[in-house]
Amino acid sequence: MVSLSDPALAQACQRVLETGVGMDEADVLAVLEQPDEQIPAVLEVAHQVRLRWCGPAVEVEGIVSVKTGGCPEDCHFCSQSGLFASPVRAVWLDIPALVEAARQTAATGATEFCIVAAVRGPDPKLMAQLRAGVAAIRAEVDINIAASLGILDRSQVDELVQLGIHRYNHNLETARSFFPNVVTTHGWQERWETLRMVRESGMEVCCGGILGLGETVQQRAEFAAQLAALAPHEVPLNFLSPRPGTPLEQRPLLDPRDALRAVAAFRLALPRTILRYAGGRELTLGDLGTRDGLLGGVNAVIVGNYLTTLGRPAEQDLALLQQLKMPVKALSSAL
Amino acid sequence: MYCDRCGRDLAGDLAGETDHAACRAARALEPPRFCPQCARRMKVHVLPAEWRAECVEHGVLRGGRNGS
Ligand code: SF4
Ligand SMILES: [Zn+2]
Ligand SMILES: [Zn+2]
Repeated sequence: MVSLSDPALAQACQRVLETGVGMDEADVLAVLEQPDEQIPAVLEVAHQVRLRWCGPAVEVEGIVSVKTGGCPEDCHFCSQSGLFASPVRAVWLDIPALVEAARQTAATGATEFCIVAAVRGPDPKLMAQLRAGVAAIRAEVDINIAASLGILDRSQVDELVQLGIHRYNHNLETARSFFPNVVTTHGWQERWETLRMVRESGMEVCCGGILGLGETVQQRAEFAAQLAALAPHEVPLNFLSPRPGTPLEQRPLLDPRDALRAVAAFRLALPRTILRYAGGRELTLGDLGTRDGLLGGVNAVIVGNYLTTLGRPAEQDLALLQQLKMPVKALSSAL
Repeated sequence: MYCDRCGRDLAGDLAGETDHAACRAARALEPPRFCPQCARRMKVHVLPAEWRAECVEHGVLRGGRNGS
């Protein structure tokens, strides 16, 4: 095992490994600030923590956008905001295509299929489309159905529970202190409130964000601590893919070394969570990045394409998992 | 013919006025957004294993992953 040269940090890592309790913000920051030559060591310890507290299995998920573009919100990274001159047109996915997307996901061995909509929150039309879509998928495909439909009210939470949506995604996106730099049409607290209701409802909470929005390293540590306070079942980690027409179009990609530091740091902050590689990994980390992440704390992937961009072929990820002797989590144990 | 990522006339490319090399590179991880024949913005659906892009005038284009 590669060992960390900073004895205090090595001790903090050891505590996480032994207790399964996440690091505090100061230690997370120390991980994020490790010099380049220490990156293999932090990834290694994060991997040990993941194996000890989550096991070797990897959760595989596919996602699809049921309503793309035309969103009234202004999240500065998002090509689906209707407020920017993005080339992404507003469009709805019909039910047969939604079922086909679920089928393509299940064909990879995935246990999770997440239906996503570019909205502030669901309106009656979206809830009706979701009801119809869930029923049609259930009739043909054996897979857990998750949803990501923005800010919810109590009755919508109840309806999702009745529909059997087993996990709800709602990202806090970034540190609370940085959120107003990225979104002005709604607040971090509104998102938190939805997450609180989802948690109370018994649905699993999926909450992560995007790194590389211009947040400082301190804010990255702050974000990890805020997620740890929420203790979500799953944390999807995205890396900014600067989208044409958005306010962040000109932002540079996150340095791949910083992306790997973050993977390790988030695992050490959240030892027991499902830490998922989501959008931007191909662009930020290249093909090797998936391997590095899976050996550095990540234990879940989105396979295939994303919502508006393409991913690497699912077969490549599945072959890699086989090579690494990491079993794909099975449906029976995914609940 | 138009660039299916940025929608600009590819003739500019030939004249050296516009460089679509970045567009071509980006297309490895993106579906097309503009119709290559008329530059209209297309309706694009991205599914886990394919994409479908529709121009109201020129019909549906389909592809797999990685820009194919
Ligand atoms: S709420 Fe979602 S879809 Fe809408 S702009 Fe923000 S990130 Fe994009
Ligand atoms: Zn172009
Ligand atoms: Zn056309």
